[in-house]
Amino acid sequence: MKTNRERFGLALIAIALIALPFVLASVGTAWVRITNFAVLFTLLSLGLNIVVGFAGLLDLGYVAFFAVGAYVYALLASPHFGLHLPFWVILPIGATVACIAGVVLGAPTLRLRGDYLAIVTLGFGEIVRIFMNNLSSPVNLTNGPKGINRIDPFQIGPLNFSASDSFGGLVFSGPIKYYYFLLLVLLAVIIINRRLQDSRIGRAWVAIREDEIAARASGINTRNIKLLAFAMGASFGGIAGGMFAAIQGFVSPESFILNESIMILAMVVLGGMGNIWGVVAGAVLLSFVPELLRYTVEPAQKALFGKLLVDPEVLRMLIFGLALVLTMRFRPAGLWPEMRHRRELDQDRA
Amino acid sequence: MAQALLEALNLQVHYGGIAAVKGISFAVEQGEMVCLIGANGAGKTSTLKALARMIPSRGEIHYGNRRIETLPSHELIGKGLALVPEGRGVFARLTVAENLLMGAYHRNDANGIAVDLARIYDLLPRLKERSSQVAGTLSGGEQQMLAIGRALMGRPKLLLLDEPSMGLAPLMVQKVFEVVQKIAAEGVTILLVEQNARLALEVCSRGYVMESGLITLADSSVALLADSRVRTAYLGE
Repeated sequence: MKTNRERFGLALIAIALIALPFVLASVGTAWVRITNFAVLFTLLSLGLNIVVGFAGLLDLGYVAFFAVGAYVYALLASPHFGLHLPFWVILPIGATVACIAGVVLGAPTLRLRGDYLAIVTLGFGEIVRIFMNNLSSPVNLTNGPKGINRIDPFQIGPLNFSASDSFGGLVFSGPIKYYYFLLLVLLAVIIINRRLQDSRIGRAWVAIREDEIAARASGINTRNIKLLAFAMGASFGGIAGGMFAAIQGFVSPESFILNESIMILAMVVLGGMGNIWGVVAGAVLLSFVPELLRYTVEPAQKALFGKLLVDPEVLRMLIFGLALVLTMRFRPAGLWPEMRHRRELDQDRA
Repeated sequence: MAQALLEALNLQVHYGGIAAVKGISFAVEQGEMVCLIGANGAGKTSTLKALARMIPSRGEIHYGNRRIETLPSHELIGKGLALVPEGRGVFARLTVAENLLMGAYHRNDANGIAVDLARIYDLLPRLKERSSQVAGTLSGGEQQMLAIGRALMGRPKLLLLDEPSMGLAPLMVQKVFEVVQKIAAEGVTILLVEQNARLALEVCSRGYVMESGLITLADSSVALLADSRVRTAYLGE
């Protein structure tokens, strides 16, 4: 059972999360958007964590499932095909299509591990992106590098997620509405992840990660359990992709480059592979720090030197890289590692 | 001859174009403890992996009264056939207790599992002392004991043991073999693969000698220990 103190803490966090967008909106709507992307990337990291953290399968092409979800949404809710299905129909379709894509990637790679698996998944991610780039002829499916425009926002009854509404003196802008929706999805995904981790399936994933032959000898159907990891991870990616398309109102292959896969993987590793809260922390940190740097590097230089010495974009990546290197040096298991991982490292040291 | 619990007929294992096991036939009877000895690369481990369906093979494998060569490996433990893999394959980041419970993954009789866990802690008291310790931090011998204990959690009728003495100190090897003998005394049939031929023949009733993918000798342990070819090639005399 939870103690009163824990309940109080949870209540405080909940209140802070509910109040957050209004505080941010008073600074600038851009920050609400940045927060939304942070939540989106947290969802992606949690999805990838199932594959990499729980099952120990290194996936460098995870952004492909994000892309599949985004394009499914874009094609079913835009003037491109003239289809305008509601989001609660499209999101499950996107998750299903991404799930199938996950199995398609998983099935031929069942015998691969480590670096070999990483190379194949990397290739898969690129193939998906290149398909999106080129499926504009002979039948114009994806509109090629120009991408798909004017994607429908979410709409619940009269509530349009691209317009502002006001209730009781509070202005709910589009990004704020998306924020609450994302927060609900995030909560659901965290609960599902925690349930999975403590389940028979979760234990089977850990066993496969540790020793595949021993896992099979213990009666674990490694093929199905691995495919399940790919499929579940991919579904979460697909849902995140659908929300991304709606929030942006525009998708193009450019959003789904290898860099994004690596960024998501960095969030998982930096936060602490396998630990849900670590992954959340990693994703939030890596989403916000670059943005904070973007907004502080330029004014700071102007104030200090009177002019811009280093391009903010360059410095941003430099500081970002340094942060990653330092984390891996001083906290090799991530900022907030999984219990088992930490246990092992501690005992090695002892 | 009594009904064989396990019988291989013309078993072959190929890795690419290379034949590791070139068509061997042998049998293990109910309640027996039999060893497969031979030098490095003779095909002993490949044979055991093929029996446990970890690698593809040709030929027939009879277990009980059915053929198992078409079954997937994860179904075998439920049928009483357990493999203790070479190199001790324990789940390094799980605790000793969690490792043992993984061995009962296919079972859902909570009471039976608890009984078996207590029984294994009795048999291997060292594991009880270390039950909450992470398996990766155990000594080599303790890890071997854990791998054996995990296999026992599946209540096997037939235990396939792959090189339990590998990389262990002599004293630890003795202890592991004492445990194996106790398990055999409880009625579990054992097929043991060993490089340490003397030790294996001392605890087993019969043995097969493998040489570059073929069984070259098959006899009782007493006869093999007395055989001049075995003595020169495997017992260092």
